[in-house]
Amino acid sequence: MEAKGLTKMKKGISRELQSWVSQSRFTFKILKRDRTGLVGLSIIVFFALMAIIGPEIYPLEMMPHPEDRFLPPSLEHPLGTDFAGRDTLAQIIHGSRSVMTVAFLSGLFVVLISIVLGISSGYIGGKLDMVMMRIVDVFLTIPSFPLLVIIAASVNRVLNPVEIALIIAVVQWAGLTRAIRSQVLSIREENYIESVQCLGLGAFHIIFNEIFPSLKPYISMSLCLTIVNAIYSQVGLYFLGIMPYTSVNWGAMLNIALYRQSGLLNTKVWPYLFSPVICVILVQTGFILFLHTLEEIFNPRLRSEAA
Amino acid sequence: MNWVVRRIINLVLTIFISVSVTFFIVRIMPGNPIDTLIQEYLMEGYSYREALTAVHSIIGYMPDQPLHIQYIDYWKALLRGDLGRSVSLATSVAQILGFAIPWTVFIVSISLLLSFALGVALGVYAAYRRGSLFDHSISVFASISRSIPPYIIGVVFVVFLAVQLRLFPAYGPYGGGVTPGFTLQFIGSVLYHAALPVITYIVTTFGGWMLAMKSNTVSVLGEYYVVAAKARGLPDRRISLTYVGRNAILPLFTRFAISIGYMFGGVVFVETIFSYPGIGSYLSYALRVRDWTLMTGCFLLITIAVVVSNFVADLLYSRLDPRIRFSAK
Repeated sequence: MEAKGLTKMKKGISRELQSWVSQSRFTFKILKRDRTGLVGLSIIVFFALMAIIGPEIYPLEMMPHPEDRFLPPSLEHPLGTDFAGRDTLAQIIHGSRSVMTVAFLSGLFVVLISIVLGISSGYIGGKLDMVMMRIVDVFLTIPSFPLLVIIAASVNRVLNPVEIALIIAVVQWAGLTRAIRSQVLSIREENYIESVQCLGLGAFHIIFNEIFPSLKPYISMSLCLTIVNAIYSQVGLYFLGIMPYTSVNWGAMLNIALYRQSGLLNTKVWPYLFSPVICVILVQTGFILFLHTLEEIFNPRLRSEAA
Repeated sequence: MNWVVRRIINLVLTIFISVSVTFFIVRIMPGNPIDTLIQEYLMEGYSYREALTAVHSIIGYMPDQPLHIQYIDYWKALLRGDLGRSVSLATSVAQILGFAIPWTVFIVSISLLLSFALGVALGVYAAYRRGSLFDHSISVFASISRSIPPYIIGVVFVVFLAVQLRLFPAYGPYGGGVTPGFTLQFIGSVLYHAALPVITYIVTTFGGWMLAMKSNTVSVLGEYYVVAAKARGLPDRRISLTYVGRNAILPLFTRFAISIGYMFGGVVFVETIFSYPGIGSYLSYALRVRDWTLMTGCFLLITIAVVVSNFVADLLYSRLDPRIRFSAK
């Protein structure tokens, strides 16, 4: 009995593994043909690595060295130095950790909230659905960035990445929740769901084994978009200079460069000003290019058109 | 439920929730701004009573009363149009906002119309030449430019176009030596100063319109009535305008709502970077100096602007497309 269960489990695992291998092989094939997607993925991987291992190998020193201020890029300081003679590259690398962490966490929170609320609203329907959709309507209409700045400004202390990500998720969950709910509504009417219901399988099985898999492509694309929005929001928050912070952050660098070092007039500030500018542009571009490839992977119609 | 009634309920509910959220954020969080304000007056040597009266004159309700009475008083003041007095600028918030809102509406509406027109034109063009180099490059550019935050593009513009090349003015709503009035000089100066904020908006928003218009046009081009029109030998210009264009543009109007919200959200950055005296500038100023009455006033005004323009856009859309009115019943 036990041995049978074990082989069954093994079989299950090997099937999962096989499908995963074939899926990633397939993804890789598309990536190979679709150069822009590969570029996007490389950019994402580059910044992810920068965020994960960068700070460990490239130390940050925030002690001012007035004699080294505004040095142009050199071997010793690849991106030059700031107004206090501190290395710009180190600040970019250490800033990437907080930017990427918050971005990833906000994406995760938004996706989790939307899956739970969207599926329950769409699957259970009725009064719950009606109430939920009114709330979603309201959250979709309140302009999210002004709401975000008000909430962020009202918390008068240094926030850790999890808290920032939570605040961002609170203002951004509505769109994806509505989208998942309407997808669930349409999937619920499909014939195969009806047949599963006739087989007498419970709601739990239907939601996790039948509905959820068809939502996966949509959710992974939305994760990309949510991350893009989260980077917009949090770098913007620091750029406006309304949140106290302890570690370096790209948005804070922008704020300092423009408003405390007169980066507008002084061309010597440019390496320090444009490093975060270029990083934000690159990261956003990377995610958008990768998103396009995801669309092609999940939407065969687009693929054949592109071929 | 009637469609219009549902929209009105949403409108009222959204404003109600925004007001409540801002009230409770300001009032009940630990170390909340009102308590801080009272503390500041106490530090300046006021007695507790005097501090309370001073704060009362700023926020419009008594901070030592039970919370629900404060909440009701807050609503009463709001409905009278009284948004309180600015903590840092020593005038009423309503007055400041009355000065700021025309500039913001001016910038946002011009940008919205221009980016809509540009996006639609490029979208149709790309759809007719789909698969071409133009289509690919403009589509990639559109989706990337749309995802780059307006503050990033604004910074690049202000540094290169305004400060380095001196093509455009870097700040203010009009030139220093120009007197406001209905003169050609004043209007010219206003448009000239609005150019960079408007271009920043267009660069960050035309992509959405363009991509949507392109995909709508492509799908309409496959419809039988287009084939039939071609078979009847109608001129291409007429087909692309009245047969394809009109049908492809219709779904775009639903995006107006999202777009208006996005633009009012971005106003904080764009106006701050170009020192444009609209609501966004005042909001970011209020955030920096922690001027709570001004901050919540700006937020409420932005919310109301977004909600009302959403409502108008929805009504217009239901006028344009009768299917919406009938299907929603």
